[in-house]
Amino acid sequence: MNTTYELPLDEAGYAFGFMDEYAKKEVRRTILKAICIPGYQTPYASREMPMGRGFGTGGLQLTLSLIGSDDTLKVIDQGADDSVNAVNLRQFVQMTCPGVDVTEKTEEATLIQSRHRIPEKPLTEAQILVLQVPYPDALVVVEASEARRKTMHGEADYSRLLVKLYEDLVKFDEITISHRYPTRVHGHYIIDPSPIPRWDVPKLHQSKALILLGAGREKKIYAVPPYTIAEPLAFEDVVFRVEDFRDASGNRRTCSRCGASNSFLDEFSDEADGEADGKIYQCSDSAYCDEQLARQASAYQKPKTEEAA
Amino acid sequence: MGYVAIKGGKAAIEGAAAATDYLRACNSEREAPLALGAIEGQLRLLVSRAVSEGGLYHPKLAALAIKQFQGDTLEAAFALRAYRSTKPRLLETPPQNTAKMRVIRRISSAFKDIPGGQMLGPTYDYALRLLNLGLVNEDPGVFRAIARRFLDDAPENELPDSFPKVLDALRAEGLLPALKPVAGTSFDVTRQSLIFPVPRSAALATMARAETGSLLAIAYSNMRGYGDVHPTIAELRVGYVPVMLPHPVTGEPMEAGEALMTECEVVAMFEGDDQGGKPAFTLGYGACFGHNEVKAISMAILDRALQKGMKDGATNPSEDPEFVLLHVDGVDSMGFASHYKMPHYVTFQSDMDRLRNTQAKAQQKDIPQKKDTA
Repeated sequence: MNTTYELPLDEAGYAFGFMDEYAKKEVRRTILKAICIPGYQTPYASREMPMGRGFGTGGLQLTLSLIGSDDTLKVIDQGADDSVNAVNLRQFVQMTCPGVDVTEKTEEATLIQSRHRIPEKPLTEAQILVLQVPYPDALVVVEASEARRKTMHGEADYSRLLVKLYEDLVKFDEITISHRYPTRVHGHYIIDPSPIPRWDVPKLHQSKALILLGAGREKKIYAVPPYTIAEPLAFEDVVFRVEDFRDASGNRRTCSRCGASNSFLDEFSDEADGEADGKIYQCSDSAYCDEQLARQASAYQKPKTEEAA
Repeated sequence: MGYVAIKGGKAAIEGAAAATDYLRACNSEREAPLALGAIEGQLRLLVSRAVSEGGLYHPKLAALAIKQFQGDTLEAAFALRAYRSTKPRLLETPPQNTAKMRVIRRISSAFKDIPGGQMLGPTYDYALRLLNLGLVNEDPGVFRAIARRFLDDAPENELPDSFPKVLDALRAEGLLPALKPVAGTSFDVTRQSLIFPVPRSAALATMARAETGSLLAIAYSNMRGYGDVHPTIAELRVGYVPVMLPHPVTGEPMEAGEALMTECEVVAMFEGDDQGGKPAFTLGYGACFGHNEVKAISMAILDRALQKGMKDGATNPSEDPEFVLLHVDGVDSMGFASHYKMPHYVTFQSDMDRLRNTQAKAQQKDIPQKKDTA
């Protein structure tokens, strides 16, 4: 054995985007294929990232392969820019992609990486949304074998998924799938849209922005291209429904911070300030909540300055 | 009440890193920091696991990873994998010949006497697992003397550099089928994802960097009764394999270095020849970086089980390529197990919505939901 070998101390000097160029090229080629076949889970040789499989390594590889120094990046987790995992991912991209701007404002971003949410603010054609995916295959709830699932997808054989929805209705009088709602893209493939709530599923339909989904551990990339049909699975007589944020008397709950009544809400226990049931509600999308607050502040300030004048 | 969402992430992450590093250093009054050389030498089996599961033969970096991640093999292997992601693949190595291995240990449980002889070498197999209290406060002088004494006592030039393979003898006797040339290049699991059915080389490559405990658990299920490989170890060898690479100018193979490896070949139940020839024993192959015999044996048994499953259809989990190959990677499985610690507020909110809705409907109907008795 060569015992004189010394570790070079510049081992930690990483190239732009961390991954080697061949890896980035492969991811980009996979993205192109995924866009060409909407909803198809395109296999790729996913690389290991320096954060855990399941923490967004699929999304991260997409981001690192796409990002350039003229991009502005937004990273959110659970709708918030400041959650631990979002901070971690953003810092890593900043460390390995010098020159890239970051933002918390949805409208400023050219590239948005997200876990579990699609921003409330409608996205534009100039934006790409990258979603982190733990389970890329909607069929996994009815079929464990990947080889058999691949055949079922090819034949658009989703009968067992429909049976599962039907059985839900028989057993519970309700479709029990809460998030990761199976969604048919461009009339053929049914995708797992990542663990976004049902609230976000309609945002996939005819989205102006390109939506890319990356599953690092399962080594798949798939896409909902711009202006593509995306329909949540339902029956003619049982329509798809998003989360219900009405209180007992049927009124839409509002965000206790900004007052929004048109956003996905997180629920918190708060004995002091909460409603009768000890609960308060706030926007899950922190940037949206901040924007509502800022708008109210400026609307409040304007009449004041007019008064002064 | 302020904004209770998950604010303050940055400070929390920095605090967690500081606390972790504190635990590494909190005995610094009494203890010296671990030297990489000490890890590489005295914790050599830990280094073996990291290089093998990390899929990167770099004992120095492995020692660093073990130090940095405080002895967690999953994390150490993980760090080596992430490091790999930054490096391009410059060439494909030609098949390496393990018959040329500079052996430090080789045994066969099939024959008393094998060509070249049994060589027990370094092993705990027959060690009594009695704690050696003599190591509690080891004197550096005594410690150094161990190596000196061993080398002084070792007979010089008595052993050959390499040994013939036991399998070659079995093949010569017709107990094993003759070697068939393999067409095409082997499957590179770092550059292609597994799409089933996969070739045997993909299975072998996946298992070679699999997590030891995961391989052992599934192989053990086969050994105990969920399977019928019934292996006999034809040969288990540990040693340094010369790594031959094509010379950048001439293209001639040249020795670029050597890698410590463990290799295990098991002979299992015989089966008939497809073309109606004589029945012969079947073979299972396991090999990994470093000195890790349990891993090599487990891999050899699973290779045999998977070959059977690919041929006749899986009758046990250990014979199902998808079941085995997609669940033995330590980086994948530990990452996913850990990810459950991350916030899942949104999906849980969504879950509560469904449950409350279902409960409300059940109440409306005044039909109590029966417990699932199916």
